[in-house]
Amino acid sequence: MKSPAIHVQDLRKVYTVSHQEAGTAAALGSLVHRRRVDIAAVDGISFDLAPGEIVGFLGPNGAGKTTTLKMLSGVLHPTIGEATVLGYVPWKRDKPFLRQITLVMGQRNQLVWDIPALHSFELNRAIYHIPPDDYRRMLGELTELLELEPLLHKPVRNLSLGERMKCEIAAALLHRPSVVFLDEPTIGLDVTMQRRIRTFITEYNRRFGATVLLTSHYMADVEALCKRIVVIHHGKLLFDGDLAVLVQKFTAHKTIEVQIGDCQADLNKYGEVVSCADGHFTLRVPKAETARITERLLADLPVIDLLVEDPPIEEVIEMVFAQESP
Amino acid sequence: MKGLVELYAQQFRTTIAMMFQYRASLFIWMIGQVLEPLVYLIVWTIVSNSSGGSVGSYTTQEFAAYFIVLMLVNQVTYTWIMYDFEYRVREGTLSFALLKPVHPIHSDIADNLSSKLITLPIMIVIAVGLALAFHASISPPLWAIGVFIPALLLAFLVRFLIEWSLAQAAFWTTRVSALNQTYFMLMLFLSGQMAPLALLPHPVQVVAAVLPFRWVISFPVEVLLGQHTPAEALTGLGIQVAWLIAGIILVRFVWRAGIRAYSAVGA
Repeated sequence: MKSPAIHVQDLRKVYTVSHQEAGTAAALGSLVHRRRVDIAAVDGISFDLAPGEIVGFLGPNGAGKTTTLKMLSGVLHPTIGEATVLGYVPWKRDKPFLRQITLVMGQRNQLVWDIPALHSFELNRAIYHIPPDDYRRMLGELTELLELEPLLHKPVRNLSLGERMKCEIAAALLHRPSVVFLDEPTIGLDVTMQRRIRTFITEYNRRFGATVLLTSHYMADVEALCKRIVVIHHGKLLFDGDLAVLVQKFTAHKTIEVQIGDCQADLNKYGEVVSCADGHFTLRVPKAETARITERLLADLPVIDLLVEDPPIEEVIEMVFAQESP
Repeated sequence: MKGLVELYAQQFRTTIAMMFQYRASLFIWMIGQVLEPLVYLIVWTIVSNSSGGSVGSYTTQEFAAYFIVLMLVNQVTYTWIMYDFEYRVREGTLSFALLKPVHPIHSDIADNLSSKLITLPIMIVIAVGLALAFHASISPPLWAIGVFIPALLLAFLVRFLIEWSLAQAAFWTTRVSALNQTYFMLMLFLSGQMAPLALLPHPVQVVAAVLPFRWVISFPVEVLLGQHTPAEALTGLGIQVAWLIAGIILVRFVWRAGIRAYSAVGA
């Protein structure tokens, strides 16, 4: 078996934060004695990524996703545990390691704010020692894939959020990293821009065989990009596997969308009616009963159209977190 | 090495582009750089004139020469890294510096030198104008000019390394302005910016010489004004080199500890 591009073993990160109650007395008290509280942001997680794999890293806010990505890209030291990325220990920050990875943070900017993005690109060319020919070729490809041409010469501060994000991504990929960490790359972007960035990530992965670990709050991103997902919550690993398996595992229900001629029909005896309007009904039924109920619906009612679906992925994820909350 | 040259050259282009985006603020900033030494110069001129044309070992014309050269030396050695670093840590942009396969101090030095290259010619013109207006008396021997150049360069490097190290206090506390203020007050007093060190009480002179303060501003000024024998000047250069080495060690040590601290509170 090929050695994994990313290997994580019992990784744990504990932050020490000072804790202070509200009120003047508490504020004065904290001058003398500051209470410190340990918070495990990442609490012993393990997983491997094969070279070239795209994996979605899911979890609610504060689950430990960003902390994990920062440890894997060498920005943070873990409290305990092991990780290797391309065979390197990330937090040693060896130069050959740093030359092969990148981290894109949707909520932070690396581009110099006041001047055109092209200057930041050139700066990265010098920092990463990118040979001129490679730089030109890569810039050309990124410009084409992300449609950067009209943006390159405008000061970054004059770009829209989406335009800036495209430039951020380009700046982060000029040195053609083979491991890409993306932390909320589509946050705050409109649907069209989200789709464009998704297409780009797929294309980058395909062209360069890069390994991609991506976090996102938009399930559309995850569905489109990742066959496999890793779910964490409260710093612990909840699930690691195929998206389809997650749906299977955590949902006991299916939804049946049915359209019938009779608008007044009462479908409550078949399952839980989630919504109904103008003869369109959405029923929630136990997964094991799906086939039997479908059969009865077709037999009993003047059905025009019928569709059996898994619940939307957002709902599944919500259910996963709801089940595991302490 | 070739890579570093390339990096400095590129940072130079970037800094120039940034500076020309903000021509007005650049101009205002330069007025500040001129105004501060000018105020001291005027005060000392008045004091000197009212006490018969000299104070201690300084004549009125020598005061003028002192503060004008000091203005240029301060201009060359000045850094803004302590403010910058706090911002980077607070806003989390430092994480990007940690991702890069090069020590962040290089970009900072290159950025600083680049903006100096732009502003220095204008400052020299201003200095010449002031020297004429205040009848500054300056006639350094040739060898003193030869020592002044390395002394100035060393002063820049030592001041940069020390302030870069102090800037990393931002790793441990989120409010570094108190520390900055203390440092700037000491700097103002002990580096000779308010008054020539020779006019200060002896214990203060000793403190200024034992600490790096004298060596990052006052010393190059003293050299150019011809106040030292060649032997004294060379000893001074030696002390600057010692501080340079100490500064490099300090930066390495503090940076390593700083990243660990940054890492502990979360970035």
